[in-house]
Order: sequence, then structure tokens, then C-alpha cells
Amino acid sequence: MIAYIGRRILLLVLTLFISTFVIFGAMQLVPGDPILAMFFPRVPSPEVYRSLQEQLGLNKPFFVRYFNYIGKVVLHGDLGDSFKQIRPVSSIIVLNLAPTVELGLAGIFVSMAIGIPIGFLAAATPYRVVDQSVMVLALIGVSTPSFWLGLLLILVFSLGLGWFPTSGVGGLSYLVLPALTLGLYGAGYLARFARSSVLEVKHMDYVTTARSKGLPERIVNWRHIFRNALIPVATMSGLLVGYMLGGAVIVETVFGRLGMGHVLVNAISEKDFPLVQGLLIFIVSMFSVVNLIVDISYAYIDPRVKY
Amino acid sequence: MKRALREPRILFGIGFLLALSVIAVFAPAIVPYDPFEISPQESLMPPCSRHWFGTDTIGRDVFSRVLYGTRYSLVLGVLAISISATFGSILGLVSGYFGGPADAVIMRIVDVGLAFPSVLLALLVISIVGAGLPSVILAIGISSTPPFIRIVRGSVLVIKEMTYIEAARAIGAGQARILFRHVLPEVFAPALTMATLGLAGAIFSASSLSFLGFGARPPTPEWGLLVSSARHQLRAAWWISTFSGLAIVVSVLSINILGDGLRDILDPKLRGKI
Repeated sequence: MIAYIGRRILLLVLTLFISTFVIFGAMQLVPGDPILAMFFPRVPSPEVYRSLQEQLGLNKPFFVRYFNYIGKVVLHGDLGDSFKQIRPVSSIIVLNLAPTVELGLAGIFVSMAIGIPIGFLAAATPYRVVDQSVMVLALIGVSTPSFWLGLLLILVFSLGLGWFPTSGVGGLSYLVLPALTLGLYGAGYLARFARSSVLEVKHMDYVTTARSKGLPERIVNWRHIFRNALIPVATMSGLLVGYMLGGAVIVETVFGRLGMGHVLVNAISEKDFPLVQGLLIFIVSMFSVVNLIVDISYAYIDPRVKY
Repeated sequence: MKRALREPRILFGIGFLLALSVIAVFAPAIVPYDPFEISPQESLMPPCSRHWFGTDTIGRDVFSRVLYGTRYSLVLGVLAISISATFGSILGLVSGYFGGPADAVIMRIVDVGLAFPSVLLALLVISIVGAGLPSVILAIGISSTPPFIRIVRGSVLVIKEMTYIEAARAIGAGQARILFRHVLPEVFAPALTMATLGLAGAIFSASSLSFLGFGARPPTPEWGLLVSSARHQLRAAWWISTFSGLAIVVSVLSINILGDGLRDILDPKLRGKI
């Protein structure tokens, strides 16, 4: 087990190394001079230009700059400075992390609370009316773009019924519609996955054994089918974190919430590349670490997994 | 193949795709009004018999604009998926069939690709090449390639061990012959399924990117942009965003239904994986 975890961590470090390299390299491909962009629409004097070039290390070769940057990230948590906001990227992340994590967790909660039970319900009587209705609903769930779903929810529950505020960050009432918007896609996804997981387990030999030794159907269902079917579903729920991070970009824009997604969209529109770079590196690292934790816990709950 | 044509989901999906294509090709002839024509005296009309989906702030007919939007979404989706299907199949074949260092390098690329939530990978591409429809195609094409490589590689790994491949090798068939005559046709089924589900995903993502302001520019009647352009007028004109978004849902849903049908008929083992 320890060897497995060690190997996975090494692989994670390698993947992160390449991904940060890709992000950093990609930002160098952006046409335009970053110093001129900082001053735009004014033009810096040649002395100012040279001293800034020196200060930002822009006159050094690409690899030197990359390793300087990554060194600062790893040693000091320094992700560079935003051009437009004249602030460290890390402080912008600190300000915006909590609302996004809150939204993401609420979204995952919605996905699991709706998706898993209805997936299991569908699998209880496969190919019958309940199953087919649930599967149609789940497919609609994964086919509905969150920006549109969010607007519909605002239209009905905020503007129509006045139950929830249309936008902003605050108490629970501000979280309900964004979390539903973000979570319904995941719910559809999990429902489909949970159903096929149950159907797969249902035909296992140990289920037949349990049944043939005379266990009541209720116990076979709970102890032998659902509990085993939950294992892959739990992994899949962990993988939804990536979807939540991406979905937050859209949901935060629709609901005008503070958060990393909103900051990222603005940074791209404003061509604030250091901020885009820092945010992407942070998000990708977060996502990779979560994936690693999910995989390790998967190996931990499911003794059949080979390391 | 015959079995596939008896599956109602596949028939429905193909029918729907054909209908979408007909609308896209003949949009200028079908639309009841010019989708770009401004008529201020007819602004913000709710749905009625003359304007089925109502009109927008400057009096353009929303129904005509939504029909026109089919062109953009379908073309964006098909082009993006052609990129990921081409590169995904080639890299997946090479990686799975030859193994060794090529496999190691390609799989690291896939790992990195999968380390990004796909929206973010698309946004990374957008931030380099800038906003616009060609960028959206490239962004979605690139971000949907890694999962494609993985599925193709997975099937190749299974096919490679089959007895008939061994037989082909035993009678002296060369690498190229085995790869193109014996492996490639077997990869077709999962690749087709993946491409179909990918088309649905691409239309979905393209509209999301346009919604965020990185894709189509006004006055292009692209679906995501139509939803976004009217989102601050929900109270005054609910119909613009609602009907434009409905077009996305119906299209994505129908193509997903086709993809699900194909997967279950062509390659039931993939159930739950893609």
C-alpha cells in the first residue's frame, strides 16, 4: 500500500511538473509584449522598460524563467503578481477560494443526494417504467447547460416566486440556486453511473451465493449489492470535483458570485496573463491532489484493487 | 449494422441529426424572417402567432435566429470533434499498438490533459489564441482529445491480444497491414460512439464558451450567445434566453440518445465508462 501511494505521489509530481510547464509555456506563446501590455495605452520609456525587464526576469531564457517561477511557487507559495490588480495572485486566490469551495461542496452534495438514490431506485427494477423515467431525466440532466439552467431557476424561483436572491454571496439562501444549477448535471451523471454499477454487481457470483444460502432479499440488496455498488460510485463522486471546478466558472458568472471561476473569466477577458497562469496552476494542482486522494481511498475501501 | 438500425434510440438520433443538418443547410430558405433584420417597432414582443419565440430588444425574430443558430452549433461541434477524433484515433492506435516509449510519452500527455477539468483546458487554449469561433473549435478539439486517446488505446490493447491478430502475424502480415486491416476496423465502433457523445459535448461546451463571451460575437445568432445576450432582460423578455437554451438542450439530448444507443449496440462493455 505504501509503495502504491509513493508511486502515485511520484506520478502526481511528474504530471504537475508537465502541466505547470504546459501552462507556463502556453502563456509565453501569447502574442504581445507583457510589459507594453502593463502600460497600455501609455508607452514606457526605454529605461523603465529595461529596468522592468530586469526586475521581472523577462530577459532570461525560457527555462530559467520557468524554474524561477516554479521554485517560488513551491518554496513560498508565490504564484506571481497580477498585472491589472497589482496584487499577488496568491492573495487574490485567498480572497476567492472560500466561496468557490463552498459552491463546489454544495454542488457535490446536490449531485450525490439526488443522483445516487435515484440511480439505485432505477436499478431496482431495470427496464421498467421507473427505471426508464429516471434514465430519461438523468440524460436531460447531463444535456442541460448550466448557464441556461441557472437562468431558468432565477426566472422561476427569484423573479417569479421571489424565494431566493438572484445574485451575490451571503447566507444559505444565496447558495441554493447556484448549488442546484451546478449539482444537477452531476446528479444525472451519478444516477447513470450508480445504475450501471448496481446492474453489474447484481450478477456477481457472491450475490447468487448470498441468495442461495437463503438470505432475505432485503439483506442481499443492502449488504451485498448496494454496498459493493457504492464503491465505484464513491470514486466517481470524487472525480466530480473536476467538473465542479469547471462548472463554477459558469455558475459564478451566471449568479454574479465571488469566486475563482469568476476571477478566471475576468482575467482572460482582461488579458491579465500572470493571473490566468497562477489561477490555472493552482486549480490544476488542487484537482490533481483531490484525484490522488480519491484513488488512494478507492484502493483503501476496495480490497480487490491491486496496487 | 442491421441490429443498429432496429434500435429506436439510434433511429431517433440519426433522424434528429438529419433534421438539424437540413435546417442548417437550408436555414436562409426556411426562416420566416431575416434573422439580422432590425425592426424597432416590433421590439420585445412575447411569443405570438407571428413570432413563435417572440422578438428581441431591437425587434429581431427569435425563432429565425434560433433556426439560424443551428448552423453555428452544428459546424462548431463537427469541426471540433473532427480534430479530437483524428488525433485521438491516431495517437490512441500508436500508443496501444506499439507500446514502449511512444506509449509512455502519449500517456503522459493524456495524464496532463486529464489533469485539467475540460472547461479549464479549453479556457487555457482560448487565453492563448484569443476569443472567437475558430478558437472555440480549437479549444474544444484539443480538450476532448485526451479521453478519446484513452478509449481508443484501451480497445487496441484488447484487440492486439486476439487470436486472429496472432494468426495474421503468423502468416507473415506486416505491421502496417495488421494495423490498418485488422486493428483499425475494430476500433471503429468505440471511436464512433465516442465521437457521437463527443459531438453532444462539443455543442454543449461551444455554447458555454460563447455564453462566457469567448466565442461568437454579436450579432451572430449563436445559441450560447443568444442566451447570454438576453440574460439581463429575463424579467422583460424571458422568451429569448429560454427558447435559445431549449434549442441547445434538445440538440445535445438527442445526440446523447444516439450516442447511448450506439454504445449499447456496438460496444456494451463501454457502458459506464464513457
